[in-house]
Amino acid sequence: MHTDMELFRRLYRIRRFETVLLDHFKSGIFPGTTHASLGQEANAVGVLAHLQEGDVVVSNHRSHGHFLAYGGDPQALFAELMGKPSGVCGGVGGSQHLHWRNFYSSGVQGGTVAMAAGMALAEKRAGNGAIVVDFMGDGTLGEGIVYECLNMISLWQLPVLIVLEHNHIAQTTPAKLTIAGSVSQRFETFGIPTAELDSSDILEIFPLAGTLISQVRVESAPRALIIHTERLGAHSKGDDTRPPEELVNLWQFRDPIAIHATRLPEAERARIVDEVDADIQRAFEAALGAKGGV
Amino acid sequence: MGEQLPRTVLDSLNLGLHKALVDDPLTILLGEDLLDPYGGAFKVTRGLSSAFPDRVLTTPISEAGITGIAGGMALRGLHPVVEIMFGDFVTLISDQVINHIAKFNSMYNGAATAPVLIRTPMGGRRGYGPTHSQTLEKFFLGVPGLTVLAPFHLLDDDPLGAPGGLLYEAILTSDSPVLFVENKLQYLLKLLTPADLVEYELDTDRSSAFYTLRMKSAPAAMITLATYGYMAHLALEALHRLAYEYEIFCELLVPTRLAPFELQPLFDSVARTGRLLTVEEGTFSLGWGAEVLARTAEALGAGLRQARRLAAKEGVIPVAPELEAACLPGVDDIIARVREMV
Repeated sequence: MHTDMELFRRLYRIRRFETVLLDHFKSGIFPGTTHASLGQEANAVGVLAHLQEGDVVVSNHRSHGHFLAYGGDPQALFAELMGKPSGVCGGVGGSQHLHWRNFYSSGVQGGTVAMAAGMALAEKRAGNGAIVVDFMGDGTLGEGIVYECLNMISLWQLPVLIVLEHNHIAQTTPAKLTIAGSVSQRFETFGIPTAELDSSDILEIFPLAGTLISQVRVESAPRALIIHTERLGAHSKGDDTRPPEELVNLWQFRDPIAIHATRLPEAERARIVDEVDADIQRAFEAALGAKGGV
Repeated sequence: MGEQLPRTVLDSLNLGLHKALVDDPLTILLGEDLLDPYGGAFKVTRGLSSAFPDRVLTTPISEAGITGIAGGMALRGLHPVVEIMFGDFVTLISDQVINHIAKFNSMYNGAATAPVLIRTPMGGRRGYGPTHSQTLEKFFLGVPGLTVLAPFHLLDDDPLGAPGGLLYEAILTSDSPVLFVENKLQYLLKLLTPADLVEYELDTDRSSAFYTLRMKSAPAAMITLATYGYMAHLALEALHRLAYEYEIFCELLVPTRLAPFELQPLFDSVARTGRLLTVEEGTFSLGWGAEVLARTAEALGAGLRQARRLAAKEGVIPVAPELEAACLPGVDDIIARVREMV
């Protein structure tokens, strides 16, 4: 059941994971780079709460939230980011290249839409009712292959929900400097019915995603969901060039954890926070204690 | 189909695809203009959409998209076969091949396979000009995780013929992605039968995918020629003329697996002849021949006494027939180069 408490637990689990990750990044236990999901947790939870057995998820460089919301193990994800053999992909893939069960992510923009389309074609041919959820960002709208694939997704009526997490910033460049015209028309012009929502509230995202996923499943046809969202952290580790006052404002009004926390009785909220904090700490320490890595 | 032996490389490849569709329900063909009555720009897929209407998908002109989609299909268990209409267009699929399909298996730590097969015709001599005549596979040789195959126009003991057999095996048994390099003029070649090869000795090394040809009962070979694809046809003609017109005897080494590769039969041949000439239709610098020469030098040291490469000139391939011919290596070029070396 997706009670308010359960949804909060799932949101906060992602938040806590990313916070612990970023807190420890400077210590050097995580090689390379990482892209945190801070601020976008409600998209991952609100959409993926509707998955059924056999459904497939395709994610991108900012994948931790999607992976955890899919049901991925935080210890295996920590270990992956530490480059350990006990990681999700043995430390080979790292933050941007995860595969576990029916979850796949990749780090080159645009190609993930093609992956999702091909997977949806395979699921449709298999006739088992499974669908594909593909997360992309607004930065990915600049890649040509996206439009080749939107065309074929519609032409072949592939059962895929494209979730565009429109955080209005691509690395450091605001969307207004890179995107012309209407974003929703980019999907609609190919004949893909598109819903748009400007919210960081799980209770708005969750039901709309549920409706769309049900349509994709029943009609075996594509849908797009544009979620205007806010990236509350940097693109990767410390490359945020936005003015501090802008970030203060976003944290005040667009933090999905804060928004949903107000709906829980204080004691319940505190209990969940304590439990999740302890779980994530255990996962972190277990990952750190495993063989290998930096 | 299937009763009669294939006559040409084109027949053989068509039979190979047909048999793959019959034997493997997971095989799906995708590409531009594949449907009958057209049956593909070079007719390799002729008849297949009529026989398997729901297994042959004609696509928009979206090479990157269809290749990437094939990658997704393969990750979810299908065996997609993509036709790229002209080999020149492999530039459009390079990100999908190099950064996606060829990486899935290793970057997901062996937990996924992406057995996509991409077929495409390379090569000039048809007057198609700068963007429809190139031989570009060298850019895909050495990509980790990618197998590159090029068929030899031999009937062999395969009812599909060697080209169709190679294609069929790759579709049905390869766990890794394959770039299957065809050639526009090679399509029309008659498959070499035992009768065609009556003057030759043919050795087949299955493990390294090498064929070795030499004139039967000839004196010891003085030079090793190494080439593949359509150039193997021209090199075989050169080998024959060198023997009859100049009494220069060669061994011709033809690999069908260009990457990942194993060169032992070539090393063995060069150990006998001391000389190696590589021939390729791609451009000269930094190509297949350079790698083969380097490996042979590393393996044989002073046993490799003389080595040269023959390849296309480094410029665009012109439309005008005489200009195009001057740009690409031909039989006379091979003969001239061998005579310089021996």
